Amino acid sequence: MRYAETGFNLEVDLTRGNIERVATDPRDTELYLGGLGTSTKILWDRVAPEVEPFSPDNLLIFSAGLLCGTPATGCNRTIVSTISPQTLLMAFSMMGGFWAPELKYAGYDKVILRGKSPDLVYLWIKNDKVEIRDASHLRGKGATETAELIRQELNEPKAQVASIGLAGENRVYFASIEQGRSSASRGGIGAVMGDKGLKAIAVRGTGDVNVARPVEFFELCNEVLEYIKFRENNPIPGVMPILARLGSPQEMQVHDEKWHTENFMWGNSRVRRKGFWDEEVEKQWTDTMTRARTRLISCYNCPMKCGASISMPGLPTYMMKCFSKLTYTMAAMSDLDFGLRIAQRATEYGVDGFSTPQVMAFGLELYENGILTDDDLPGLPSGNEDRFYWLLDRIVRREGIGDVLANGTYWAAKQIGKGADKYAHNNIKKHEQLPLKLSMLNPIYFLMYATGEKINITQIEGQFPQAPFPTREEREAFVKDWFQVPDEKFKQYFLDWELRGENSIPYYPTVEMSCDIVDWQEKMHYIDDALGMCAGLSSFPLKPPYHIHNYPKFISAGAGIDMDETKLTQAAKRYRTLVRAVNIRRGMRRKDDKPPENHWKKRFPELEKELLDTYYRFKGWNNDGVPTKASLDELGLDYVSDDFMQRGILTESENAF
Amino acid sequence: MKGEKKKKIIKTVKIDVDKCNGCRACEVICSSFHAAPKYSSNNPARARIKVIREPLSDIYVPVYAGEYTPAECAGRDKYTIDGKEYDECAFCRASCPSRDDFKEPDSGLPLKCDMCEGEEEPLCVKVCLADALVLEEREEEVEEDQEQVELEIGLESLTKKHGMQKVLDAIARMSQKEDS
Repeated sequence: MRYAETGFNLEVDLTRGNIERVATDPRDTELYLGGLGTSTKILWDRVAPEVEPFSPDNLLIFSAGLLCGTPATGCNRTIVSTISPQTLLMAFSMMGGFWAPELKYAGYDKVILRGKSPDLVYLWIKNDKVEIRDASHLRGKGATETAELIRQELNEPKAQVASIGLAGENRVYFASIEQGRSSASRGGIGAVMGDKGLKAIAVRGTGDVNVARPVEFFELCNEVLEYIKFRENNPIPGVMPILARLGSPQEMQVHDEKWHTENFMWGNSRVRRKGFWDEEVEKQWTDTMTRARTRLISCYNCPMKCGASISMPGLPTYMMKCFSKLTYTMAAMSDLDFGLRIAQRATEYGVDGFSTPQVMAFGLELYENGILTDDDLPGLPSGNEDRFYWLLDRIVRREGIGDVLANGTYWAAKQIGKGADKYAHNNIKKHEQLPLKLSMLNPIYFLMYATGEKINITQIEGQFPQAPFPTREEREAFVKDWFQVPDEKFKQYFLDWELRGENSIPYYPTVEMSCDIVDWQEKMHYIDDALGMCAGLSSFPLKPPYHIHNYPKFISAGAGIDMDETKLTQAAKRYRTLVRAVNIRRGMRRKDDKPPENHWKKRFPELEKELLDTYYRFKGWNNDGVPTKASLDELGLDYVSDDFMQRGILTESENAF
Repeated sequence: MKGEKKKKIIKTVKIDVDKCNGCRACEVICSSFHAAPKYSSNNPARARIKVIREPLSDIYVPVYAGEYTPAECAGRDKYTIDGKEYDECAFCRASCPSRDDFKEPDSGLPLKCDMCEGEEEPLCVKVCLADALVLEEREEEVEEDQEQVELEIGLESLTKKHGMQKVLDAIARMSQKEDS
């Protein structure tokens, strides 16, 4: 018997309408765990580097994590991976909610989609019965609306539905896949789903997910739940409220937005508004949120309430979480009322809440600077907020200028020309980033931004405090019960980190320390993404309930795989390197590993070079960011090194490295 | 006839639907606890508690599995509370022919909440950190011969309807059957 996983994938050929249930190899689980790990292996094996994102040969993989469907609290994430139309690299975006566990109960670990359906269809999975159904009547429907219509027509109120809106259907490069309160938004994976002619996947499962050593696993779950209770009663002192507790940043609960509104950039990631957050704004926004928010809601089997139902007067109810609360507001230099209203429409269209507002602000900035003219924007309304609605409607329909902007700021700027690229200034690897522009280079964040292949900083950072605590006493208090560290040295790194003076950024944490810290942070995210664990209970917050010391036990007792910290670290390194390999084979190199030019005002080219050189060595990559033959072979990825040698990506002479 | 007073523990789960965050942890732990061997498998479809969950209508109602009933009700009820319309039979605990709820998905056999016998408190209550489910125990004094009183009320109405003689005959026949 297979434990924790079901041992079966669904292979769906949308071109031919063929569906197969395929047994998976348990040895792959040992090597790549599941979720992101095993999906990356499939992408490496089956999607050649020449395959374009909108080719029928591109795969779109919906995967549950290894421990989804077990009682492990908060383990509910769906990992969607494909080749991104925006970055042309591997995209892996995740969503919480209820979909992945339901897929497990239906008897599958992954749904692997290939080909293209000639007509718009949706996939309906109910245990052993899987069918491709006509979706022509759902064309143009909103993502949430679609989910409701499908549940109704199937008469299956308990079905979980992941769907795209108009943006995905029209292959907008930042289209999301929506699932009730959650969405997988980064990398334009919704566009790939639309390109495949797939409107939705509905799933209902009533089968069992087994665990290998039940009592042991149950006790581990209990320990986690107890620690969550402890952390809820003991928020971390000295950090901003949204980071003091577990879960995603508690944007739906916390009304104090001083930190975001005064430190993040407004407009097209341009303006920092010091002193914005005054009593009047606080009162108005708190009032807006309190009225709009009907309930704080959770994902499957998780006590954190990171999401909320939002009902704005006159608009259908929708669900929201995290920082999309402010992205539209800040891009449009408006207020929360506007932000919550336009987010309703954007959610139904199915677009990424980070990229979309920036793309629109970028378009308007081009207009204000005469690069786009009235001829390009015929009928543009005069009101600022109306303009955002107007652009959003056009982008998701690819009408007029919307067709250009629908490709994201990087590609739009190329197409528009006339110096528009200077306005697409907040991208990494062609992808819009959080609107942050800071003063002093931070070595940890430099490495994360430069080398993170998850494209989103919030999906890379975590665990280690974002800034030093002012006094030694506070730091000592913090490290006292910091048992999550993989090694005691991290405590010392933090204890000696000061706001000013010799031990402050950019030269402290030192290059070596920064490598250690970034590697730890990244590793925990990659483990989460294979297990299906929400970063909000693991890799993202300070002092989380899941960590490198209890994860091996969860995997051993849950999946029945013999696991310890070393083996787990090695497995995570293996598929993390494989993600890198997929991207290297698609042309990514050191030249792409860089943060936006203006992310920090004070840059240190020599230090940055040393950081990257050292980190590459630390990771087992050569000076161009390519994993070396030795490091690949050590991870059992000799099939990758063979491929790299054949393609001339690695040469014999480099092997001496 | 006066019966003796007797003390009895009444266990009540207080369900606060306003506090439910719809996570279904109660369903997960329930199915896990009742698996054989204990905790060996998970499947909310086997749970003896179910969260009726309609996020867009803001409906979140945890309902426990109650008694099995062989027949469905003659009529159905639909409740509207605070403008929210609840599904037919939404609050009903019965495992009943009219719906799939509270039945083993494979065999169709009825499921019933047993308050997690042997545990300090039902595990659904334990895992509900939102406090939507809270266990309350109270002692009640009940008259032991309560049943006797009920029986007599029943017999009285039968004698009124059928006459004393017919009832006596019926009881005599039943007792003969029992003896044989």
